[in-house]
Amino acid sequence: MSTPKARFLALLLVLMTSFGAIASGGEEKHGEETFVPGDVIIHHVLDNHEIHIGNFHIPLPIILWDSKNGGLVGPFSSHHLAGGEAHNGYIMDHEKIYHADEAGGKLVVGHEEETNEPIYSKPLDFSITKAVAGVFLTSILLLIIFIAAAKGYAKREGQAPKGIQSAMEPLIVFVRDEIAKPSIGKKYEKFLPYLLTVFFFIWIANLLGLIPFIGGFNVTGNIAVALVLALMTFVLTAANGNKDYWMHILWTPGVPWWLKVPIPLMFIIEFIGFLSKPIVLMLRLFANITAGHIIILAFVSLIFIFDNLYGAAGGYGVSIVSVIFSIFMFCIELLVAFLQAYVFTLLSALYLGSAVEEHAHEH
Amino acid sequence: MELLTPNIGLVFWMSLAFLTVLFVLRKFAWSGILKALKEREDFIERSLKSAEEAKAQMSSLKAENENLLAEARAERETILKEAKEMKEKILSDAKTVASEEGNRLIAAARGEIEKEKNQALSDIKKQVGEISLEIAEKVIRKELSDTNAQEALVAEHLSKAQSN
Amino acid sequence: MELLTILLDGIAQMGAGIGAGIAVIGAGLGIGRIGGSALESMARQPEVSGDIRANMIVAAALVEGAAFFGIIVCLLIALAG
Repeated sequence: MSTPKARFLALLLVLMTSFGAIASGGEEKHGEETFVPGDVIIHHVLDNHEIHIGNFHIPLPIILWDSKNGGLVGPFSSHHLAGGEAHNGYIMDHEKIYHADEAGGKLVVGHEEETNEPIYSKPLDFSITKAVAGVFLTSILLLIIFIAAAKGYAKREGQAPKGIQSAMEPLIVFVRDEIAKPSIGKKYEKFLPYLLTVFFFIWIANLLGLIPFIGGFNVTGNIAVALVLALMTFVLTAANGNKDYWMHILWTPGVPWWLKVPIPLMFIIEFIGFLSKPIVLMLRLFANITAGHIIILAFVSLIFIFDNLYGAAGGYGVSIVSVIFSIFMFCIELLVAFLQAYVFTLLSALYLGSAVEEHAHEH
Repeated sequence: MELLTPNIGLVFWMSLAFLTVLFVLRKFAWSGILKALKEREDFIERSLKSAEEAKAQMSSLKAENENLLAEARAERETILKEAKEMKEKILSDAKTVASEEGNRLIAAARGEIEKEKNQALSDIKKQVGEISLEIAEKVIRKELSDTNAQEALVAEHLSKAQSN
Repeated sequence: MELLTILLDGIAQMGAGIGAGIAVIGAGLGIGRIGGSALESMARQPEVSGDIRANMIVAAALVEGAAFFGIIVCLLIALAG
């Protein structure tokens, strides 16, 4: 079993069975007779209060901030709420936690004016969900890898790098020389720790999302994670903006006065640009990673759609094509995982660079 | 829709985790790694520069050596030339001296010879005179022993004198 | 009335689909042009291909960001429907 061909076949087998497990997990939840691919995919892409590994369900702790219940509640295991029944006065529906009423349903506190849909009472959910677990796992990996690498530098001072150190060094140098230096200029050293952390955080989180078997983490494909990362860049840019940068937004030099005086047209445009930069940054990361996950899952779902339509033979027949396309998509996603980390870091560096840039001339 | 609404809990945990990672790595990893990288790069740059300098020094040394060699060669050349010239000069000097000396000697010898010749000539003249006188005396004595002859002679002289 | 709601819902869904398609066409054209010109410039001046590549990715990312706006709007319509 050491020839490349044999290895490839083994990989195929592994991927087939692993997706089977994911898909069957979804199927089980949404009824037996019909397979609804959209639900399975959205279920995977959205956050979860448990981790599925094959048919094992690992419950995760639930932590709530409930002002009605005297602040912090929990942590307690999510398996109390997994069946859909009330526990401690809370109930979970589609991974959302609500206050339970006496009858064991969701507590209704009012109705929407137009549609008359009920409004449910919810505590703030600070649970360690699957995505939070993914964030923690990524953080721990980052800490382990780079503290080990830093120790390597301290131990072998002035010598050639070795092990994890030499694996990470080209990437560190890449971020420094290809991203930070050309985009920011002279003051790059100040922002280098942030850029390195963002780059490796996104990269490792993206890769974590691509590993099959471990529960299908979707860390960077979650909008909250992308939001926090984009917000960090936004805050850092705004905090480090110099006089020229704010001047450019408030009173853009080099444009006719009538674009500025009666109606501050230039200011509005520049301000929209200022706000839209982090939003686009967030959406790009979120949408790319989510799209990658959705495409891979869609290819795998094809097997079960055909299985439902034409029986087992159809499923097996399509599985060959599906698996080949999934492998192809996995390869592309490996590239995208790196590319999105690169693009996010590069654009952050460009925004930071524009904030600290010294204008020698008015333009 | 739910896909696009950030969950407050995840935002909180993500911010917490990311900021923790950022500060811990900044303190314990990035500073050390970046410093080490910079030091290594500086070291490599310095080494390259010193190698370049050594190379330049080497080539300048070589050039200097060559210069020295060329100088030495040139000096040898001039020395040889000078020696040759001196030899020639000495030779020619010696030649002129010798020829002058020879000429002088010859001239002196010639003078001496002339002097000797004159001396000898005058000596010879004197001797010839003396010998002629002696011969004349002897002839006269022999002639004058006979009176006839004496009278004849007187008569001859007289006739010569009269004809003059 | 019932029929009208269903019809309108269907039209909304269709609009979302068409919108997403147009967004993708626009992004495809944009990124294709960027990639094409970047390759041309790299072939012409291979010595600055690193700079060109970085700028190409930035430009492609900007186009992609605009396309994502479109797609997200379409997704919102589709999911709201």
